[in-house]
Amino acid sequence: MIAQPAPKPGILARRDEILAALHALVPGDGVIGDETRLKPYETDGLAAYRQVPLAVVLPRTTAEVAAVLRYCHRIGLRVVPRGAGTSLSGGALPLADAVVIGLMRMNRILDIDLDDRFAVVEAGVTNIGITNAVAGDGFFYAPDPSSQLACMIGGNVMMNSGGAHCLKYGVTANNLLGLKFVTIEGEVIDIGGAHLDAAGYDWLGLITGSEGQLGIVTEVTVRILRGPEGARAMLAAFKGTEIAGAAVDAIIGSGIIPVALEFMDKPCIHACEAFAHAGYPLDAEAMLIIEVEGSTAEQDDLLNRIKAICERFDPISLKLAESPEQSLAIWKGRKGAFGAVGRISPDYLCMDGTIPTSELPFVLKRIGEMSTQFDLKVANVFHAGDGNLHPLIMFDANDPDSFHRAEAFGAAILTLCVEVGGCLTGEHGVGVEKRDLMNVQFTARELDQQRALKTAFDPQWLLNPSKVFPLDGAPVAMAAE
Amino acid sequence: MTDLLAPADEAGVAAAVAAAHAAREPLAVEGNGTKRGLLRPVQAARTLSVRNLSGITLYRPAELVLSARAGTPIPEIEAALAEKGQHLIAEPPDLRALLGASEPATLGGIVAANLSGPRRIAWGAMRDHVLGVRFVNGAGEVLRSGGRVLKNVTGLDLCKLLAGSYGTLGVMTEITIKVLPAPEASATLLITVPDLAAGVRALSAGLGSPFGVSGAALLPGAPHQAALRLEDFATSVAYRMGRLREDLSRFGDARVIEDAASRAFWRDVRDAAVLAAQPEDAVWRISVRPSAGPAVAQAVQALGGRALLDWGGGLVWVAAPASEAAHDALVAAAAVSGGTCTLFRAPETLRLAVAVLPAEPAPLAAIGARVKAALDPAGILNPGRMRAGL
Repeated sequence: MIAQPAPKPGILARRDEILAALHALVPGDGVIGDETRLKPYETDGLAAYRQVPLAVVLPRTTAEVAAVLRYCHRIGLRVVPRGAGTSLSGGALPLADAVVIGLMRMNRILDIDLDDRFAVVEAGVTNIGITNAVAGDGFFYAPDPSSQLACMIGGNVMMNSGGAHCLKYGVTANNLLGLKFVTIEGEVIDIGGAHLDAAGYDWLGLITGSEGQLGIVTEVTVRILRGPEGARAMLAAFKGTEIAGAAVDAIIGSGIIPVALEFMDKPCIHACEAFAHAGYPLDAEAMLIIEVEGSTAEQDDLLNRIKAICERFDPISLKLAESPEQSLAIWKGRKGAFGAVGRISPDYLCMDGTIPTSELPFVLKRIGEMSTQFDLKVANVFHAGDGNLHPLIMFDANDPDSFHRAEAFGAAILTLCVEVGGCLTGEHGVGVEKRDLMNVQFTARELDQQRALKTAFDPQWLLNPSKVFPLDGAPVAMAAE
Repeated sequence: MTDLLAPADEAGVAAAVAAAHAAREPLAVEGNGTKRGLLRPVQAARTLSVRNLSGITLYRPAELVLSARAGTPIPEIEAALAEKGQHLIAEPPDLRALLGASEPATLGGIVAANLSGPRRIAWGAMRDHVLGVRFVNGAGEVLRSGGRVLKNVTGLDLCKLLAGSYGTLGVMTEITIKVLPAPEASATLLITVPDLAAGVRALSAGLGSPFGVSGAALLPGAPHQAALRLEDFATSVAYRMGRLREDLSRFGDARVIEDAASRAFWRDVRDAAVLAAQPEDAVWRISVRPSAGPAVAQAVQALGGRALLDWGGGLVWVAAPASEAAHDALVAAAAVSGGTCTLFRAPETLRLAVAVLPAEPAPLAAIGARVKAALDPAGILNPGRMRAGL
């Protein structure tokens, strides 16, 4: 288990006074202090970790967020920002002496401008909510994390979320124009705006993906894009992971950038097929889902080019969707991959390392060996175009030994990702989950430099203080419990 | 000319910075020095150049990744990419003519200035494609951020912070970027429009179409011409151009130029050659929401200057007589719609007299000063390059 900092006794002792002060700042039903109503906030998408917070506040305005942060700063109260609580890395895991600032009530769409192709939304608007608001006009917001029905744009900004279509459209950071940002001192700052590449330091780039370490984002200006005329997927199954990897290289080498290029290994194919009955070939060692965009004729042209490439790699099966419905059927299994694994195992950990794509066969072979070593099953899904690997490690949370082995297995996979030239996290964030592995990827000096930047924004280390950075190097004392 | 330090390698850069840090002596940081005339002049007795840190260190076309030392000339990178049918996604400009430089820009310089060309509107800025950096901070420490993979959210993103920081936060020594296949075909629709506002509406209609417009500019001078580019496989470009031309026919008479002519056209837009800035002109680069571009261009006309609108109307390149009054008028014109104005090229007197970048709100400026101190505690890296006293 990952250690958490010891609560500040002075804060715990002042609980009633703090709740009263928060009530004054966020009137009505915006403050939660009783045990049963705090319970839903004790964890997020990394459900193995739980901690009931001191309090939860649910502000409705930027001014309320600023007032709460100003108060926290004044009395030294720790803050854990929260969107929908879908973080898979424990980014919203509370601390016993912290106030959770939940942004779900800030869910208004403030402006949509199709001519200038942007939307201004509050942090608690869901990812899909943005696309839904502009889809009638043929537009969409590009980053599409799997949790897009629930996850909120404020959380997407904080974690720099990706999705299945970032090979073409980029991740959150590539699709933002501006932010309304509240500092721990309670200052409200507008970063960027409705224009591209604002002059001066790239604050937008630094804040995006900062995991709540620098401040709280209450409004986001996103770019919206006109959707393509259409999109269609194909499925290609191969006899070996190396063969599938070579086919991916050949597709990219041909000059085609598919809008999505997903890879599944055999255990994942089996789990998804049992769940979704999508017609996946059960004898394949590896399967690709490849999606292209354009008019029907353009889709045909691209899919046929890709088909011709795949045919050079002795495929077990090639299936081109002939309609949007068939395309959905191909995607159905992949989109349900996490749920499918959830059906065959009581619990699973979803890993998120990135590797150079050429290392895929070696990495999958090593993961297979580790699966035997740790005596736990694993299924792999992979954004093959960009090297982002999602091993799903299956374990039983009722068995502490199983959980410890799962955590050790996960750490070994992520360490391997770094060793082959990749990184600890491609899109889920470091959070609490990968915090103690940061030393694997970064030198002590590099971590100290990042810590110094946090200190420049948050001198007392009150903002999400137990995440991202290993506790023992923190400049502000955070003795582990 | 100040003393020039041009170490042969990263260790040499680190040693030079560490010595300057210990002595509290400022350094002017540069690559080939092509952007010396940009923003504010640095007051430093010594210049530290990364020009000798040159060469591509890793290129994996199938992984869409290239690493090169910071002093590698951009044409060398473009040539290596072209050999494998790939290109620099953000299409960074070659500003030799505009800036009167004889040597080509370096990768480090282009990233440090976050300079992007017309394709930015569709495919992102230079900073969007920086996957990893090695750099020397102001204390002389060699540090890394990011890596060599396409998706990476591990730790704070110093790559983006360093991109566009003009060497004031660290000296980049090696940079890894994402690259993409170069499109097979390029074609441009040129529409004669009655005025700038109609031109921006035509560009918006094109950018709001499903056809993947990858360049959208309005040329200076009369008659006003709106230009929209498509890049893809030849069959796709042919099909989409037909549809785009039909969709935009309501905006004015149109013609299409293809391949070599299309590529040359966008090179001239990219490099602001079509701005035809005179040697005595100052040059500004203004970023606003696209629909605000025409109002900025009107302010430019009132100053007797010329404006080139790129990025669908949102990037306004301005050439006008150099004066404080002109600068103030352009800053105000950009601010009307919440945009930003950068004094890009000007005589040294003007560059020292005005704020070349818009002021930040006080709380952000305070954070900025602390961030600068966190990376460059003695304030020796390019002091005053972006803002007086920082």
